[in-house]
Amino acid sequence: MLRTITEINEKLKAGKAIITTAEEIIDVVKEKGVALAAKEVDIVTTGTFSPMCSSGAYFNIGHTKPRIKLGGGHVCINDVPAYTGFAATDIFIGANALPDNDPRNRLYPGEFNYGGGHVIEEIVAGEDVQLVANSYGTDCYPRKKLATWLNINDINQAVLFNPRNAYQNYNVAVNLSNKTLYTYMGILKPKLGNANFSTAGQLSPLFNDPYYKTIGIGTRVFLGGGIGYIAWWGTQHNPNAPRNNLGIPSRPAATLAFIGDLKQMKQKWLVGTSMIGYGVTLTVGIGIPIPILSDEILKFTSITDADITAPVVDYSKAYPQCNPDILTEVNYAQLRSGNITIKGKKVPTASLSSYAGAVSIATNLKQWLQDGKFLLSEPVAPIPGSGSGYQLKPLVERPIRIQ
Amino acid sequence: MIVSKKIVLHFPSRLVDQPIVYRLIKEYDLSFNILKASVIPDEEGLLVLELSGEQSNYDKGIKYLTKTGVKIQSLSQNVLRNESRCTHCGACITICPTNAFELDKISRQVIFINEKCIACGLCIKACPPRAMELHF
Repeated sequence: MLRTITEINEKLKAGKAIITTAEEIIDVVKEKGVALAAKEVDIVTTGTFSPMCSSGAYFNIGHTKPRIKLGGGHVCINDVPAYTGFAATDIFIGANALPDNDPRNRLYPGEFNYGGGHVIEEIVAGEDVQLVANSYGTDCYPRKKLATWLNINDINQAVLFNPRNAYQNYNVAVNLSNKTLYTYMGILKPKLGNANFSTAGQLSPLFNDPYYKTIGIGTRVFLGGGIGYIAWWGTQHNPNAPRNNLGIPSRPAATLAFIGDLKQMKQKWLVGTSMIGYGVTLTVGIGIPIPILSDEILKFTSITDADITAPVVDYSKAYPQCNPDILTEVNYAQLRSGNITIKGKKVPTASLSSYAGAVSIATNLKQWLQDGKFLLSEPVAPIPGSGSGYQLKPLVERPIRIQ
Repeated sequence: MIVSKKIVLHFPSRLVDQPIVYRLIKEYDLSFNILKASVIPDEEGLLVLELSGEQSNYDKGIKYLTKTGVKIQSLSQNVLRNESRCTHCGACITICPTNAFELDKISRQVIFINEKCIACGLCIKACPPRAMELHF
């Protein structure tokens, strides 16, 4: 081991740690080689800024006088329904939630201009939002109706809690059919008209620590412009996905769950997002610092876009029918060139993940570390790795016969 | 009086295979210059024309186009980007029929080249953070 997290933190406090982004480290390694780079660099910062649907926030709004029990009642924030199955004044709003009167895809393709992701963005921005609640009334919580303005600065807790973010690799979406598709991967033009991808590639957190040697439960991170933590591994975590000779998964693999105080996050890094014909979501900014504890860890952080391959999936058939078929594999250097070739056809590519945003997050995190504002945390437990046998399972339906 | 105007025509997919522009020119004695065209079978077609002729013929021609179901847009409207909402993801790049969006190789930001924009509006609903706005 080259150094411990405790030793890196001592250097951070003294302002002596050497930090690069996952993009900068590529040239450092080219110039100096892995061993020398690992000796010099203490931390590599990563970043990603992309729509991440499995995101949400919970709030404790404080007790009213007389008291109302929101638990088991109905609550909307700016007409978007929030989940109330907790206690008297705790509510959760998911990024994908839609107002009851949104036409969805009845007018196809639906526009989905406003929903949970936008509510979270407005709350983070410090805007007043409308909370309307109905409940049933009890002896101890007699009140049945509540309609009030709410502001993040006035409520007890506002916590971002995302069950699945920061996917380690993702599909490249294309459309083999004759009609335009409106998907969570954007608009897909017919007959291989375009190809959309969605990771930050060489800057993406889990590509830089592909075996989760430093990233674990309790890791302190940049989350939505503030400080957050890895709460757990994410839903659909799949560390057993096939890997290339560098150890990088060539299919969607690990995921992470994040938690953090929404009150110190920034609107710039939590953006309400609309996918035409699909729904609403939240574009989330995440950055994870990777402590260089060994040569091996540094080598992983020096991967380039050309080292990472992603599967090209047809969203007209294979994806909706849940078939594992892929059309081909392409690497991120090809994806970023603006065109890839599928079935002999030149297909223009576009990203749903902001590379410029990812660079900015990795640079921001580097600055926080350099300023001594952010110290590394020691993970308290690992997330299931590639040898753990942990797998992603489809639902095996056991249909219920309705009499 | 001779007029000359730039217009954007959106053809619903059912009209793409019909000789609408041919009839427009032949029956209303108008001359045209195609500035941009994007016609794919079974998809909405897009045509940007500079249409010239006598004012009365021009008006009749526009009336004919409207009747066929073609959506007409004057080029006097303008698509602008709300810089504070753009996340520079790039979802617009392959959607724009005139390649008005480009990824800057150095800053990695998405550049919007207003001069290439024909104000067709396709990017507006395709933009995930809704940063593209139509102004009149």
